[in-house]
Amino acid sequence: MSDPRNPGGLVVEVRGLSKSFGRLRVLRGVNLKIAAGRTLCVLGPSGSGKSTLLRCINFLERPDEGAVFLRGERVGVHCTASGRERAMTDRELARIRTRFGMVFQQFNLWPHLTVLGNVVESPIHVQRRPRGEAVAEAEALLDKIGLSDKRDAYPSRLSGGQRQRVAIARALAMKPEVLLFDEPTSSLDPELVGEVLSVMRDLAREGQTMIVVTHEMGFAREAADEVMFIDEGAVVETAAPERFFGNPETPRVRQFLQRFT
Amino acid sequence: MIANFGIVLGEWRELATGFLNTIWLCALSGVLSLVLAVFVSMLLVSRRREARRMAQGVVDVLRAIPFLMLLFIVYYCLPAVNVRLSSWTCGLFALVVYNTAYFAEILRGAWTHLPPEQEEAGRAYGYVGLGLYRRIILPQIVIAASPVLGNQMITLVKNSAFLMVITIPDLTFMANQVQAIYFVPLETMLVAVALYWMICSTIEWTVRRMDRVALVRGHE
Repeated sequence: MSDPRNPGGLVVEVRGLSKSFGRLRVLRGVNLKIAAGRTLCVLGPSGSGKSTLLRCINFLERPDEGAVFLRGERVGVHCTASGRERAMTDRELARIRTRFGMVFQQFNLWPHLTVLGNVVESPIHVQRRPRGEAVAEAEALLDKIGLSDKRDAYPSRLSGGQRQRVAIARALAMKPEVLLFDEPTSSLDPELVGEVLSVMRDLAREGQTMIVVTHEMGFAREAADEVMFIDEGAVVETAAPERFFGNPETPRVRQFLQRFT
Repeated sequence: MIANFGIVLGEWRELATGFLNTIWLCALSGVLSLVLAVFVSMLLVSRRREARRMAQGVVDVLRAIPFLMLLFIVYYCLPAVNVRLSSWTCGLFALVVYNTAYFAEILRGAWTHLPPEQEEAGRAYGYVGLGLYRRIILPQIVIAASPVLGNQMITLVKNSAFLMVITIPDLTFMANQVQAIYFVPLETMLVAVALYWMICSTIEWTVRRMDRVALVRGHE
């Protein structure tokens, strides 16, 4: 943590991030910091820009303004030794994206690959790790999420909850520095939400760095180290969960929370 | 009639030669045009407008020409610009070019139906360019398009019969020879049709197997 470019030991830092789609301003100067081993939950009403924020962090969307740092290193902008800056090429972006693990609302598993195939795909073909090593690690991950017996099944044969757990294993297999969850339980049947949240709770406990966009208040209260509330593309309040749920500072958050109690 | 079949079967060497020629011409041109179509389909969805328009123009023109006409163009017009190819090369070339256009268009169509999230998941996991296409997109669109690709393959087999007009001894050519020598057209053609039917049902069988694959490995 003594990296001079990254004094606070921050894994991800976002400064003044703005993004518009046409005339619609989706993000307005968002700041965010997350230290190693912490879990940050991002809450907010639908359409508040939470998902766009995540997608801007790993540059699946290119932000209009602001900067994203991954362990002090600028994402999306290449800084040459002489100090000049230029936009990263598609290939450079692809390389840095492998350091983020992304879990999507709709799982987005690759249907032509088995469960194991999905988990080892990028480690073998993008990170170029030896197949034997990647398979052994994938099997350990499947064991951890309780899906060893589905190793050779195709995603179409799994329930939504199982698919999302596989998607989490796929993200972990990259050994990412931070996991980005985009409403991971929002498209699940209510009875399947629990199994996914329990995997995520274990990860938080193990010290995996995570940014979780979610509507699951219970999860945010128990598992988060910090809760951030976004409305209309701007950060309204950031606080520890006890304070956020117990005694929020802003009326906007109080009004939001009232609907859940 | 039985006796006539006897005559036809007596010429089995001729018919077998034609049959095998048809099979390898179709198999080789099928494989070559599928490989080429993979690259052409990338041009068809390219972000560069000129590349995309040019590729689409060529594909559209090729699909508007009757195959026999394309064959004549290759066979008669290329020598006029001092390109001299054997009739075999001409035949193979025409089959490959013609089917590449169809296969590429089929792949492009399947690609537009692929949920964009699939490509996005690939990008999120570090894929880019050719690797993204080869590992994530291509397998999915080939599985999804396999019935249509199979149909086009059957069309290719039937188009290959035109190659007899440039003296390639394919199944139709050989069958025509046998019937002309012995004047047993009905029996000869029945045997030839049965052989074509065998080729086409093998393709059909493969497509049906692919359907089962698509059921498990396709996207919903």
